Amino acid sequence: MKSKSRQKEIKKILMTGNEAIAQGAIDAGCRFYAGYPITPQNELTAYMARCMPDSGGVFVQSESEVAAINMVFGASCAGARSMTSSSSPGISLKQEGISYIAGAELPAVVVNIMRGGPGLGNIWPSQSDYFQATRGGGHGDYHSIVLAPSSVQEAYDLMFLAFDLADNYRNPVMVLGDGILGQMMEPLQVTSHKSQVTGQKAVVCLPIGKATSQKTWALTGCEGRNPNIIKSFRMKEGDLEKLNLALQKKYKAIRQKEARFESLFLEDAKIIIVAYGTMARIAKGAVGMLRAKGKKAGLLRPITLWPFPEKVFKDLQARNSKLKTLLVTEMSYGQMLEDVKLALDGKLKVEFLGRAGGGVPTEEDIIRKAGKIL
Amino acid sequence: MAKVKIDIEKCKGCFLCVSFCPKRLIKPDSKLNRRGVRPAKMEIDSQCLGCAMCAVICPDCCIEIYK
Amino acid sequence: MKEAQKIFSRPRSLRNISTHYCGGCGHGIAHRLVAEIVDELGIRERVIAVAPVGCAVIAYDYWDFDCSEAAHGRALAVATGIKRVRPQNIVFTYQGDGDLAAIGTSETIHAANRGENVTVIFINNAIYGMTGGQMAPTTLLGQRTATTPAGRQIGVHGAPLKISEMLALLPAVKYIERVSLHSPQEVLKAKSAIKRAFQSQIDNLGFSMVEVLSACPTYWDMPPKKALDWIRDVMSKEFPLGRIK
Repeated sequence: MKSKSRQKEIKKILMTGNEAIAQGAIDAGCRFYAGYPITPQNELTAYMARCMPDSGGVFVQSESEVAAINMVFGASCAGARSMTSSSSPGISLKQEGISYIAGAELPAVVVNIMRGGPGLGNIWPSQSDYFQATRGGGHGDYHSIVLAPSSVQEAYDLMFLAFDLADNYRNPVMVLGDGILGQMMEPLQVTSHKSQVTGQKAVVCLPIGKATSQKTWALTGCEGRNPNIIKSFRMKEGDLEKLNLALQKKYKAIRQKEARFESLFLEDAKIIIVAYGTMARIAKGAVGMLRAKGKKAGLLRPITLWPFPEKVFKDLQARNSKLKTLLVTEMSYGQMLEDVKLALDGKLKVEFLGRAGGGVPTEEDIIRKAGKIL
Repeated sequence: MAKVKIDIEKCKGCFLCVSFCPKRLIKPDSKLNRRGVRPAKMEIDSQCLGCAMCAVICPDCCIEIYK
Repeated sequence: MKEAQKIFSRPRSLRNISTHYCGGCGHGIAHRLVAEIVDELGIRERVIAVAPVGCAVIAYDYWDFDCSEAAHGRALAVATGIKRVRPQNIVFTYQGDGDLAAIGTSETIHAANRGENVTVIFINNAIYGMTGGQMAPTTLLGQRTATTPAGRQIGVHGAPLKISEMLALLPAVKYIERVSLHSPQEVLKAKSAIKRAFQSQIDNLGFSMVEVLSACPTYWDMPPKKALDWIRDVMSKEFPLGRIK
């Protein structure tokens, strides 16, 4: 929808992570947003309120997180690229809707700017919703695709991928950030994007009210075709199992094709720090400082948390015989740790460093722990 | 003169049509349908007014009226 | 003999299959009325229905136009999403009393208060049918249900919830009428009300709702005709019929 001249123009602007996610979504063709206020993601909702109408889209402040995710269900039924955002307690409320979206095979993007839990917790950054995000979260055998940006630029960029993946797989996609990423301000380069999904043509979102020719399943009124039905309810004997088998097939394809990660010094590291999102920025700093001291540290940063980039973990030993230990660091108490251990299948030693409830492991904490291991 | 056509296989035997026929022309049939219920049956076709009260109240859309 | 003309038959928008509803259940009549109005207004190709959770959960199998499901109580949030991105379509929800006035009360009130230009067909049968006859928000005082075995008592369970009257207080609500399916005459009145509600949406006036008093012979433990008489003699005294707004 952008004019050609605008696509060529390369802009650099200063933005918070929350705003970059909102702008990224709009630039990726999102035309429906519903959300309910919750800290620390309020700037995202406010940005959408300000900018969505100018982009020809719809902004609704819903009466609850439950209503917001169900409005997204509706807008997605009608063919629009749709999203909602919230923070941990609000995301818990959205789980019902996410399960229905997964069951009805609708595309939708959900942003979680995580805060401390359990319960009302606090408004400090946290990564404690990893299990909820990667294991499904709601009822039933389903997965959301989970993307974890670690900078404002990446938060913007991943919104394009999020909507492409959602449309191509007709599956919920969660963008998992935390309070630091949401509130942090960094320079951002807004550029034109193509679909990053292998072998798939990008699904372009058309302006509100126009039929989406590529979404033949969407509810647009049955003019010139048989009626479409969108549902997750399968009462007839065997039908629900059939749906589940189809979902499992889809998840297998996603596991094979869509795992993404970033790595540093995997070839010669004696210790690899594993971290995602904000924690990976801190880990990256620690790796640099360790290297400066002559200590061979490396970094492995999963970008997709589901599918978890298992293969790179499985191949580590074969790539680097000097590697002894992985140090998993999280702003939670050992959630991603389980996926790392599952991927390694007992082949390498895994240590853990984590804090939560507002506590954030520092570079010094990581260096100290790594020093003990080395 | 009107004609009432009842789809006996769709009939669930609630007999609301029987109750609301102003001339009491519809009766429960003596035979069962495939559901195992006695469907409604137009007994005295010749007196039907074609008022469609039976069709309007039928919850299962079993009744067609010709006039 | 002159060839007889068909003067009453199944509407185009109602599929020619048997429903799963119990004998004498009002849902079948309400489904047919909606289908008749969709046909009469010529909107079959642009209507989008949102089906509830409850006995009418598979309403989309019976109507022959685009339909979505919604989680229990969330139909009006789903309808909001659909209508906001496709304002040229005619969007309606079909919800029972538990769906609309208990678990979905919040979604109902706020969609109405925002003046979403959608239509609601609200089936009030004073009971939860699908789950086995439990107390609904609209269950009458004294009415025995699976969860009020001694009858609903005001001090324990609260009074029957009059959601239509509550919604009528909201400025963005443009049309609300309570109708009943207890006789052919009332069914025809209900049809007129449903038509007015859809016309209100076509004219972009805002939120419109028709509350339909409908029989549940199975969980009222009454033969079908007696259930209709109970609506006439008892239920409609608690829920008076007519235009509310």
